[in-house]
Amino acid sequence: MLAESLALSAVLFTIGVIGVLTRRNAIIIFMCVELMLNAVNLTFVAFSRYYGPAGQVFVVFVMTVAAAEAAVGLAIIISIFRHRQTVNLQNINLLRG
Amino acid sequence: MQEHYPLFYTFHFYLFGVIAIASAITFVTRKSPVAAALWLVNTMFSLAALYVMLDAQFIGVMQVLVYAGAIMVVFLFVVMLLNLGHPSEIADARGKWPVFVAALIGIVLIAQLAAVSGTRIAPEFSVPAGFASTEMQKYGAVGSVARPLFNEYLLAFELTSVLLLVAIAGAVVLGRRRDGDAG
Repeated sequence: MLAESLALSAVLFTIGVIGVLTRRNAIIIFMCVELMLNAVNLTFVAFSRYYGPAGQVFVVFVMTVAAAEAAVGLAIIISIFRHRQTVNLQNINLLRG
Repeated sequence: MQEHYPLFYTFHFYLFGVIAIASAITFVTRKSPVAAALWLVNTMFSLAALYVMLDAQFIGVMQVLVYAGAIMVVFLFVVMLLNLGHPSEIADARGKWPVFVAALIGIVLIAQLAAVSGTRIAPEFSVPAGFASTEMQKYGAVGSVARPLFNEYLLAFELTSVLLLVAIAGAVVLGRRRDGDAG
């Protein structure tokens, strides 16, 4: 089932990339990043079945980073929303020179 | 790596895989953030089922508790907090150019999968089948993850606590209302 898992993981990762590229809602883009992290986790788990449990340890670390990223990212989104009243990335161009 | 699996196992593996992909596609095409979040939860549940089928029961439980439980609840909470329900706030897809790039990436992925599916894994990569399951019989599903976590990766584990502390402090500082802000 290694090949099937890797193919599924690649498809899910690509769906996440396509979501990041095509959506404008900042919250949905964050969710697409979570989907990409999930796809990577599936690769780790699939390989850990053959190469020992270290892959599952990495999945635990990836989950921790995802939780931290979600907390900080959503705080940034709330902060932006307070100033601009929108989460549409088309309207957020503070850093554009 | 040529192992034989029961038909029951194979069928459910493909079933959950198809559910995961279908939910993910529905997730990126929904306009409402709440609907998108719920479809993403569906994807994560089917991934949890796949983790269990891949002999990673502990990771499957963590997937349901941490991802589908905690992280997605935080997302839904923010959607509720920002009150994004009305149509003017719901964002459409972007213009033509990013969609074109996205379609290109998809085509490249399909081509890669088609090219790779014909090849065989080199023999030096093959390892004794069921390596993880022997480990699991010895230490159990949680123990086989906990032993490397608290031996080889202890430093990384401790650094993770620093990361979480920084994230908590950052979220509090960013989310705090300044005194001058109205409302």
